[in-house]
Amino acid sequence: MTRGRFAFIIGCIGLLIGGAEVLRSPDVSASIVAASMLATMLRFATPLTLGALAGLLCERSGVANIAIEGMMLSAAFGAFLGAAVTKSLLIGVLAGMAVGVAMATLHAWLSVSLRVDQIVSGTVINIMAAGITGFLSTEVVRRQALVGAGLLPALRIPVLADLPVVGPVFQQQPIAWMALLLVPLTHLVIFHTPWGLRLRSVGELPRAAHAAGISVIRTRYTAVMIGGAIAGIGGAYFTLESVPAFEPLMTNGRGFIALAALIFGGWTPAGAWAASLLFGAANALHINAQQFGIPVPAQIVGMFPYLLTIVILAGVIGRVSPPAAVGTPYEAD
Amino acid sequence: MTQAVRARLIGGLIPSLAIVTALLIGGVIIWASGPRIDGPWFGIWFVVEAYQALIEGAFGSRAATIDTVLRMVPYVFTGLAVMVGFRGGMFNIGAEGQLAVGALASAWVGFTVTSLPLVIHLPLVLLTGCLAGAIWGGIAGLLKARTGAHEVITTIMLNYVGGQLAAYLLNGVLRDRSPLNVIAQTPKVAETARLPDLVPGLHSGVILVIGVAVLVWFVLWKTTTGFELRMVGINPDAASYAGVNVVRRMTWAMGVSGMLAGLAGAVQVAGVNYRSTLGFNVGYGFDSIAIALLGRNTVSGVVLSSILFAALRTGATKLQFRTQISTDIISVIQALVLLMIAADQIIRWIYRIGPAQTEADPVAASTAPVADSESGR
Repeated sequence: MTRGRFAFIIGCIGLLIGGAEVLRSPDVSASIVAASMLATMLRFATPLTLGALAGLLCERSGVANIAIEGMMLSAAFGAFLGAAVTKSLLIGVLAGMAVGVAMATLHAWLSVSLRVDQIVSGTVINIMAAGITGFLSTEVVRRQALVGAGLLPALRIPVLADLPVVGPVFQQQPIAWMALLLVPLTHLVIFHTPWGLRLRSVGELPRAAHAAGISVIRTRYTAVMIGGAIAGIGGAYFTLESVPAFEPLMTNGRGFIALAALIFGGWTPAGAWAASLLFGAANALHINAQQFGIPVPAQIVGMFPYLLTIVILAGVIGRVSPPAAVGTPYEAD
Repeated sequence: MTQAVRARLIGGLIPSLAIVTALLIGGVIIWASGPRIDGPWFGIWFVVEAYQALIEGAFGSRAATIDTVLRMVPYVFTGLAVMVGFRGGMFNIGAEGQLAVGALASAWVGFTVTSLPLVIHLPLVLLTGCLAGAIWGGIAGLLKARTGAHEVITTIMLNYVGGQLAAYLLNGVLRDRSPLNVIAQTPKVAETARLPDLVPGLHSGVILVIGVAVLVWFVLWKTTTGFELRMVGINPDAASYAGVNVVRRMTWAMGVSGMLAGLAGAVQVAGVNYRSTLGFNVGYGFDSIAIALLGRNTVSGVVLSSILFAALRTGATKLQFRTQISTDIISVIQALVLLMIAADQIIRWIYRIGPAQTEADPVAASTAPVADSESGR
């Protein structure tokens, strides 16, 4: 993650918010536009950040993860079910994490132990998550008429939360705070602990790591499963922080965007977070375009983050390389 | 038995066993979701009843069979699309988006052009769908070949771009402006843009699908282009060394893949819906991958898998009607089939079949081109 790219991302976010300000209709005040752009951006960025961090742990260990979507979707359902049955939101979050870990374990078993192609394994998990949650939500939720246990309450930092415009930044729900906390934490773990060093070595040159006495298989399992837990928190966002209900396919591709954010951010926590914010800002503009009276059709604005992802991947704005061993199953002698 | 014959037998055996096993597990799920009435026999009867309803719903009457065939047609096209991608070393997750733009483009030509005879208009409509899909897929192929942008991500992103584009056009310039219309869809296409019925209720796209399947088989296995494509799929470095233009073949693979998906959209427009409606083609992306993998990336396999999935999806309605089990059970069964196909060790373990012969696997090669150089000490 170069400084230049980081600056580019921040610049893009500024451009989006600035664009909203310039294009807004005169009936909407500038501070309202800024405040709701900030608030919506942070809200959208939460599951993306968590999904990207989940993918980061996985891919840094050398396991490609296109299953973030499936992990988050099944965790969203697990979190909803856990909370609805026990009427405890905390148990809901834990249930989401447990489901995330379960799906991640399946991914690890398929791609690390059975050495199934990692992209195929991810696809299997995505299809499986869509099928099983769709089936269970009609069978269990509708039949038993389960009602959600409500949403996690916002936690506000006194004084700061009362500030104009930037107030919403200091008044967020617990999972959003957790995402913000996990970014520096993941950075510390990956780049400043012995385990993080081992993790990266396994992802870059597994044979050398093996020779140095590191268990490639165990490290990969651990990384993928911790990633699953983080994806599980991200999934819980959908049913415990966004809306208090489960809808089939409700993650709606956010897992794939998270993956794009991870790549965009050059496989670093800070970069992935910044990229998540950028996608959040683009989404905020998309959602609010009509409300702000912006004369560009919402659908055109809505294409922006996806087109940007393609442009980034094509290396137009500098290349980043993935961990060297991503996609390669490890065969011990 | 020679080794080749044995390998081929096992090649067909494993998908069959995966289907049987998935249906058995599906039966357990149906039993568990069914009513709790005394005795184990009721449970078994219930499962048998459910599957009987499924078969009846798919093939039980003339109308049901026609429904199944109609559903099979886009499955074969999109399954072949994913298969061609795989064979060329490209994982096309974006069949859904390519199908959508294909449907959109063909509907546009179908309702704006009105003064052409059928023999010109209909092919034009179908070719427009092909072209739109080919462009949508070709972009991802070109990006992969030229810049290394992974096609899994770019095709997914193009799905969303296509979705937004469709939403924009179907709510804007392409929208049916008649006062009775309340949803985002185009007007109906002209009579000359419609596939004639083969028998009442069944359009002649069925013939087209057979023709295209044969053509795909011929091109992939009987022409130099196809040989080069499969070579790139198995080992791009070796192909390049042998003088194959890898960039061109990768773009070609994704272009043809997108073209087939676009044709699926065009045939749905010209044969079934007679218009393009926002969001009517959800689900083909995942289903087509499942079909290609279950069919082991062979033309005959894709056709058989398409018939199976079409029958399951069509019959599911009757299953739900008779047993109150959600039609989503089919997605669960499909996921189980796919799991056991992807990890065929599971099937080999359950049924005590020997380990796989080491054969060139285009799927593995598509996503892990460095695997061989990495592990080959």
